[in-house]
Amino acid sequence: MPKELLNKQDIDRILARIAHEILEKNKGIKGLCLVGIQKGGVHIAKRLAVKIKEIEGKDIPVGSLDIAFYRDDLNIRKKQPAVRRTEVPCEITDMKVVLVDDVLFTGRSIRAALDALMDMGRPSSIQLAVLIDRGHRELPIKADFVGKNIPTAINETVEVSLEEDGYEDKVTIE
Amino acid sequence: MNLSSKDLLGIKELTKDEITLILDTASGFKDVLKRDIKKVPALRGKTAVNLFFEPSTRTRTSFELAEKRLSLDVLNLSVTTSSVVKGETLIDTALNVQALGADFMIIRHSSSGAPHLLSKIVHASVVNAGDGINEHPTQALLDAFTIKERMGRLEGIKIAIVGDILHSRVAKSNIYLLTKFGAEVRLIGPPTLIPKEIESLGVKVFHNIDEGLKEVDVVMMLRIQMERQGKGFFPSTLEYFRHWGLTTERLSIAAKDAIVMHPGPMNRGVEIASEIADSPRSVILEQVTNGLAVRMAVLYLLAGVKG
Repeated sequence: MPKELLNKQDIDRILARIAHEILEKNKGIKGLCLVGIQKGGVHIAKRLAVKIKEIEGKDIPVGSLDIAFYRDDLNIRKKQPAVRRTEVPCEITDMKVVLVDDVLFTGRSIRAALDALMDMGRPSSIQLAVLIDRGHRELPIKADFVGKNIPTAINETVEVSLEEDGYEDKVTIE
Repeated sequence: MNLSSKDLLGIKELTKDEITLILDTASGFKDVLKRDIKKVPALRGKTAVNLFFEPSTRTRTSFELAEKRLSLDVLNLSVTTSSVVKGETLIDTALNVQALGADFMIIRHSSSGAPHLLSKIVHASVVNAGDGINEHPTQALLDAFTIKERMGRLEGIKIAIVGDILHSRVAKSNIYLLTKFGAEVRLIGPPTLIPKEIESLGVKVFHNIDEGLKEVDVVMMLRIQMERQGKGFFPSTLEYFRHWGLTTERLSIAAKDAIVMHPGPMNRGVEIASEIADSPRSVILEQVTNGLAVRMAVLYLLAGVKG
């Protein structure tokens, strides 16, 4: 039976806090661009953009990034990962890019995302925001903004369900 | 979802879901092609060999670029032959290429069924880049991608394929694909260039272009294969243009926003008037760009099929 870790209100408060932290660290929205990793990260990035608009009163560019072509496990996976759209609405060169994902685990997706971003331009910096950090890193990668640290066993599954995909907002562990 | 076969031999062998998977994946690759750096590391360390037993510039360069943009190592074998290449030669060549460590073999051959034969012998993924008068699956896939991009769907689209259907593998692959998706396919051309009983594939045949073009959403012109001129299929190219060539006047019979396609290479003034080929209604160059994305998608997906 999956155990609920965060409910709708928890997620909402966390994202409000992360939005403030992003603005604090970057001193506002100048030169800022959010890029969500397909697929869960895209929804989180869009929600952060809404929060940021509520605070600053202005829109910031928010895009989606598909990392399928950059994965390091293409040779060993049973199935090729589904390819989703990559749409980044701004030139990322010289921008401060905040990469957004739902769960940070081994760090391998982030490594792939960094490579994919670098092929699109040369950002002045890349920061990382995640809703959940569940540990077990296999690469030297650390998030700048963390919603919640959740200690997990390696064989447990952390599931982020979001309304955008037709579910109720919640984070569960099993 | 994965493709079910390690090879892409024809549209006939694909399910509707598999075709949809390829087209969706191609959209992701089209995003890549819009960037400054148009290369991804997806298939790094693997090798593709292009075996072209028949002349081709467009398809071969498209495959080669698609392979390079997936970070494949590429080997081109252009086999120029004056006589038909016999089965044994083909098999020997393929086995030699396999010994070099090819993961993909892209083959074009004048004999229908050559890729099918090859696929049974080698472990590599075999991609049919045109076999005789049988199929040219990646062309039909890129055509479908282009139609879907312009029209938003394939279901219920009215499409006219005009010209030499008899010798056209492009037409055949398109017929298989479009009828699977419930499009209305009309074939237009002189009786000498339309195979008998082709209606059994679920298409309508017209011998009068003005009738056939009524209300169609897509007009696909086929190349008149000049090498067949003088073999009695049609009197002269001028005569052909008068009866079957696509002109502004004829295009006005089609739906108001109908698009014009051509698999290339075009014979301007034979099957298509220059003013149409260069008009905003023509998506001929979009087809070429989409071909790259579609071929990248095919290779990427075939790599996921584990033998």
